[in-house]
Amino acid sequence: MRIPCPYCGPRDSSEFAYHGDAAPRRPADGDAAAMATYVYLRDNPAGPMEELWYHAYGCRSWLVVCRDTRDHTITGAKPVATHGATA
Amino acid sequence: MSVNRLATGGLVDRQTPIGFSFDGRPLTGLAGDTLASALVANGIGLVGRSFKYHRPRGIVSAGPEEPNALVEKGRGAYREPNTRATTIELYPGLDVASQNRWPSLRFDVQAIGQLASPLLGAGFYYKTFMWPAALWERLYEPAIRHAAGLGRLSGAPDPDTYEKAYAFCDLLVIGAGPAGLAAALTAGRTGARVILLEQDFALGGRLLSDTVEIDGMPGPVWVREAEAELATFDNVRILTRTAAFGLYDGEIGAVERLTDHLAVTPAGMPRQRLWTLVAVQTVLAAGAIERPIVFGGNDRPGIMLAAAMRTYLQRFAALPGRRVAVFTATDDGWRTAEAFASAGVPVAAVIDARRDIAASVRALAGDVPVFLGARVLDAIGGQSLSAIEVIGDHGRRRIAVDGLAVSGGFNPDIAMTTHLGHKPRWSDASLAFVPDAMPANLAVAGAAAGRFTLAEALADGARLGAAAAGAAGKPVVAAPAWRASDETFAVGPLFHVEGGRGKAFVDLQNDVTDKDVAQSVREGFVSVEHLKRYTTLGMATDQGRTSSVNGLAILARLTGRTIPETGSTRARPPHGPVAIGAFAGLHTGTHFKPTRLTASHGWAKEQGAVFVETGQWLRAQWFPRAGERDWLESVTREVDAVRSGVGICDVSTLGKIALSGPDVGAFLDRVYCNTFSTLPVGKARYGLMLREDGFVMDDGTTARLGEDDYVLSTTTVNAGKVMQHLAFCHQVLWPDLDVQMVSVTEQWAQFAVAGPRSRALLQQLFGPAADLSDAAFPYLACGTFPLGATMARLFRISFSGERAYEIAVPAGYGDALIRALMVAGRDLGVTPYGTEALAVMRIEKGHVAGAELNGQTVARDLGLGRMMSRKKDYVGRLMAEREALNDPSRPTLVGLQPTVPGVRLRAGAHFLSLGAPATAASDEGYMTATAFSPALGHWIGLGLLARGPERIGEQIRAYDPIRGGDVVVEVVNPVFIDPEGTRVHG
Amino acid sequence: MRYSLLSLVSHALGGNRDWKPAWRDATPQPSYDVIVIGGGGHGLSTAYYLARDYGIANVAVLERGWIGGGNVGRNTTIVRSNYLLPGNIPLYELSMQLWEGLEQDINYNAMVSQRGVLNLYHSDGQRDAYARRGNAMRLHGIDAELLDKEGVRRLYPFLNFDQARFPIQGGLLQRRGGTVRHDAVAWGYARAASDRGVDIVQNCAVTGFLREGGRITGVETNRGAIRAKKVAMAVAGSSSEVAAMAGLRLPIESHVLQAFVSEGLKPIIPGVITFGAGHFYISQSDKGGLVFGGDIDGYNSYAQRGNLPVVEDVCEGGMALMPAIGRARLLRSWGGVVDMSMDGSPIIDRTPMDGLYLNAGWCYGGFKATPGSGTVFAHLIARDEPHPAATALTLDRFAQGRVIDEKGQGAQPNLH
Repeated sequence: MRIPCPYCGPRDSSEFAYHGDAAPRRPADGDAAAMATYVYLRDNPAGPMEELWYHAYGCRSWLVVCRDTRDHTITGAKPVATHGATA
Repeated sequence: MSVNRLATGGLVDRQTPIGFSFDGRPLTGLAGDTLASALVANGIGLVGRSFKYHRPRGIVSAGPEEPNALVEKGRGAYREPNTRATTIELYPGLDVASQNRWPSLRFDVQAIGQLASPLLGAGFYYKTFMWPAALWERLYEPAIRHAAGLGRLSGAPDPDTYEKAYAFCDLLVIGAGPAGLAAALTAGRTGARVILLEQDFALGGRLLSDTVEIDGMPGPVWVREAEAELATFDNVRILTRTAAFGLYDGEIGAVERLTDHLAVTPAGMPRQRLWTLVAVQTVLAAGAIERPIVFGGNDRPGIMLAAAMRTYLQRFAALPGRRVAVFTATDDGWRTAEAFASAGVPVAAVIDARRDIAASVRALAGDVPVFLGARVLDAIGGQSLSAIEVIGDHGRRRIAVDGLAVSGGFNPDIAMTTHLGHKPRWSDASLAFVPDAMPANLAVAGAAAGRFTLAEALADGARLGAAAAGAAGKPVVAAPAWRASDETFAVGPLFHVEGGRGKAFVDLQNDVTDKDVAQSVREGFVSVEHLKRYTTLGMATDQGRTSSVNGLAILARLTGRTIPETGSTRARPPHGPVAIGAFAGLHTGTHFKPTRLTASHGWAKEQGAVFVETGQWLRAQWFPRAGERDWLESVTREVDAVRSGVGICDVSTLGKIALSGPDVGAFLDRVYCNTFSTLPVGKARYGLMLREDGFVMDDGTTARLGEDDYVLSTTTVNAGKVMQHLAFCHQVLWPDLDVQMVSVTEQWAQFAVAGPRSRALLQQLFGPAADLSDAAFPYLACGTFPLGATMARLFRISFSGERAYEIAVPAGYGDALIRALMVAGRDLGVTPYGTEALAVMRIEKGHVAGAELNGQTVARDLGLGRMMSRKKDYVGRLMAEREALNDPSRPTLVGLQPTVPGVRLRAGAHFLSLGAPATAASDEGYMTATAFSPALGHWIGLGLLARGPERIGEQIRAYDPIRGGDVVVEVVNPVFIDPEGTRVHG
Repeated sequence: MRYSLLSLVSHALGGNRDWKPAWRDATPQPSYDVIVIGGGGHGLSTAYYLARDYGIANVAVLERGWIGGGNVGRNTTIVRSNYLLPGNIPLYELSMQLWEGLEQDINYNAMVSQRGVLNLYHSDGQRDAYARRGNAMRLHGIDAELLDKEGVRRLYPFLNFDQARFPIQGGLLQRRGGTVRHDAVAWGYARAASDRGVDIVQNCAVTGFLREGGRITGVETNRGAIRAKKVAMAVAGSSSEVAAMAGLRLPIESHVLQAFVSEGLKPIIPGVITFGAGHFYISQSDKGGLVFGGDIDGYNSYAQRGNLPVVEDVCEGGMALMPAIGRARLLRSWGGVVDMSMDGSPIIDRTPMDGLYLNAGWCYGGFKATPGSGTVFAHLIARDEPHPAATALTLDRFAQGRVIDEKGQGAQPNLH
């Protein structure tokens, strides 16, 4: 797989570390049940998914990559900062 | 000249004879030969034995699809099993042997297994060998294993090397037949970056074998001109002997054979090179593979694919038979008859299952006997073919032959189009699977697309080459129009001739017959996947190239379905077997992973240090001295030296992360469970980092060197993981915090200077200008001091429990620093120590390390629960508060010591209460680390024990049955030495 | 029809024309006592043990394709019970014991071959970790031996002892471990279950669940609705997708695990070897192919295929461990979609939906667990309480913090 790093250009996926689904947001309100959901439960869809990849052997940026889990087609990658993460 | 070498013609060099040997027999071929063509030229028909019945087998094809003619190539450690004779280039001294036979190819005792073949039908082994159960491993299975398998590995390390390469291009062309050459020429002329792959050693594909013409030139001449033109383009790279084996997401894998055809490998030359190719556009021009026909005795040596026979005749000038018949359902078979006639050896008969044959095709056979609407029912012979039995309008007729050319149709070589999961389509016109839905940026040209004529191949190549060049932004050019000689490729449906007496093989190598397919269907294995797995049809080394479609056709007929209803052929990489060594490249032996060396490595080596792997690092484990009997004596000396004087240890391998910015304190508060925002400038603090699930991730110290300037340390093994985690926390969770971070592990060399005389040593090093007094530089102080041409960082932190410092300089000064430290400490008796002494002292102090920070422990388990701040949120806080993780019965850190002095403790022993049975129900934890304590004079250990802290003073068992150990130990405070912690100030 | 040498002979005399289907290819009935979704190893074994142990034979196994087409036929055939944690050990050992008598029980030769599984260690720390594991096994009554370097050399002299980046120091050996012919497990259970009355329904894809109130009462399929008192999921690889039809989210990601086989070779590797300094494991099949594998590709995937970097990584491990295989050729690769759970261990439990039972999250461990998984899942379905060998494998263990994390990697599925 080749990931179009917005900083480095297209690079082989072996330069990246995979984190998983980008959808879950870390709850900030101290709710243990919500935190357990964040830590452990996943939608795990068969289809397009936004997911987090880390360009470990490159620019060390965390990216949001849109990829289809059925056929690995990658339609884009953007810096995570534009992803609207919650504190 | 060899017996079956034609006097003229072919692309072999008659001036260059080449000596080689087969089964020890010296033979001669010509430059330009493959092993297969040389064997054909020498009249050798029996080349191998089949997998299950050990039937005699000859050469079937002239390419990599060869299922039968597999040999062991080379001797000793160079022996390469299962090598296809059709792909081995002849070179002087080539030494090959037949395989899977004993004692000899002609007389193979396991061939008697054929007599029992009715018992050995599809899946027979699933139905027997079950009684008595104990005999399976002892008798039945060894017998099966001995009989199975093909060639032999040498068992010795592969003496060759392999390497990997990467390349990028606008157009990748796979296959240098007419379609591929047309594509490469067209795109190459525009300046587009082109890579052209050809698995053969020569470009041209079928143009080398067939009597076709382009622009009035014979095929080989046109190929020569094309090759010459391509050679003038800097933007075109041609890789011969290079087979593309896999289409992966965005990348294509290929393997280039560099030395397999050389008698002597040039020094340093790798045997093969693995290519990862990234192309904007790829054109698959891999051609098509002729399909055999299933009939009785269709495996006899002498029966060969019709196009392969033509290749032997016309490319290699080798005669694959003196009295040959053609059995065909295609127009192409007739061209083989014509080729024999041109060679002056007219065929004995042409048998075509069809009745409607174009006159122009019919004319190819000249005046030899022709049987239309007829079939070959049986092939007769033993180790060679002697006759065929033909059934047709004239009833049965036996024709004496020594060779049979078979043409059942052509299967486009479309495997690569299916690697990403795309299914091909069955074409009733071509009677073959052709590409349908296609992966992005892949196009198929010529025969691989089911467009078999030369004109179609050239047109496809030109069109796709021009398109790729245009897509690459090159000036749009009109696709060249090459004129090709006329030809037809009509084909009739014929996969299987029923009613023969002999065994009719669908998969030649795996000995799967039509009867096996029928039996499988009876047993309910009617899905093509079930059939394949139950009979092993299509799972031979040819990967089903010669068997899959025939198997599917027979399955379809038996189940009353059409072929497309029955299934399709989807392939998985590799397309063509690839040496495992090629995938590994240079990452073997000591180069399996990179070796990281610290700045003092050279110095430590001079001292005779023993090194140990710590992740990718090599670290000094201990420094033996003359006269010391074992490691324990050396390590004990090193520990004593630190505790009584001063020692030096390279700790550069610890991960180091520089952080800067106004929000570093706030950031560290969120990633560590303890508080850092209160850390003053000039101070260091120990921190414990949790994962979000509440378990401990890592520990280390963070020093605040300036207002916005911090350096954080990690354990050696977790350096990368922590860096990634901190980047995640910053970039994903809290991008609003103004923090910058970078890994500086490689940038600093760092040494622990430990022991009561450590300050004296450093004072000597830095000179009187540096104030290292406890008032100016107390425990947990950090600062920067000038040292020679550079600045050194100094941290007053201790892992040993003694007064200790860590000194860091830019890595380039590391070697100079260790030498300077040794000089500065000479009069103080300075002693270098390694990781073993470091480990002993940390166990004596009850500090946790890798064995306890194993990802399965929470802070409370490690006695560090009080570090968890209650005043702030941080990663892992909520999950660590869960009830189950605060259960006092969780194993918790304790110290252990034997009740009988002198008894050795071992890590990995499990804890049992005295008197409790040695069962899982009694298991109360385990020993994580042990050491011989020089200060205490006996072995000590750390362990995780259920309700541990409540049990200080209790005696328990350290049970270690796997090493025969069973020791009574006393539970003690995990801090064995100086529990009050006064010595860090001493 | 019982399989034996005698039946082979008598069929051979009859020209092998009288063989009957190994299992009935059933058409679905309107209702069953139990529906098992998934005709893989676990689904088929569950159905078999429901019939054999609990007399519940009014069971349908629904398979969307052909039985055995998923992970039971896409693994490296290794069986072992050398686990570390008390939550896992009993299940895998139960499984091991069932493998040992499987063929006589189901009258199908799945070629259970106890040729030994050796896990190599390359450092003192790894040795101690294996000692901890081996001792845990011994406390559970399981065979385990800790070999030193010479002990390993005696078993496998052709390993790389002298030119290694991470020299072999020894290994943990379970002699009872070995390999099993994977496809035969699916076929054997299918035949045995079918013989006991279980309906095996192929080409029957579940498209939804029937519900009454909070209870699951059957399934919708492409062949119509089928009612059942209890519905059991054994669809590893697709667990999240099927669970989503019931409105459940699982602590699971789907990942692709590749496996590889070489061309056939004369016997060279007697047992199963696992490299400790890279992720690589290898054995040799009875047909002669070297069967090997390594890490998952590491990203969510339902594609049943992987990519080149992992192929290279696996072969690098192989060459580092045994440089004698360099001239053997990789013949085929395939990919299985595995349920990677959040702690690396499986889930066998009731779900929050009454009447719906879950068997999922097998990570790398599914094949070796097949008989045990079927046994404990059948128990759970029949008795509505966990089998004693699977009490810890609950769905709520994640929220509670009672995770069973053999590798200590935390809630990051691709690291398990």
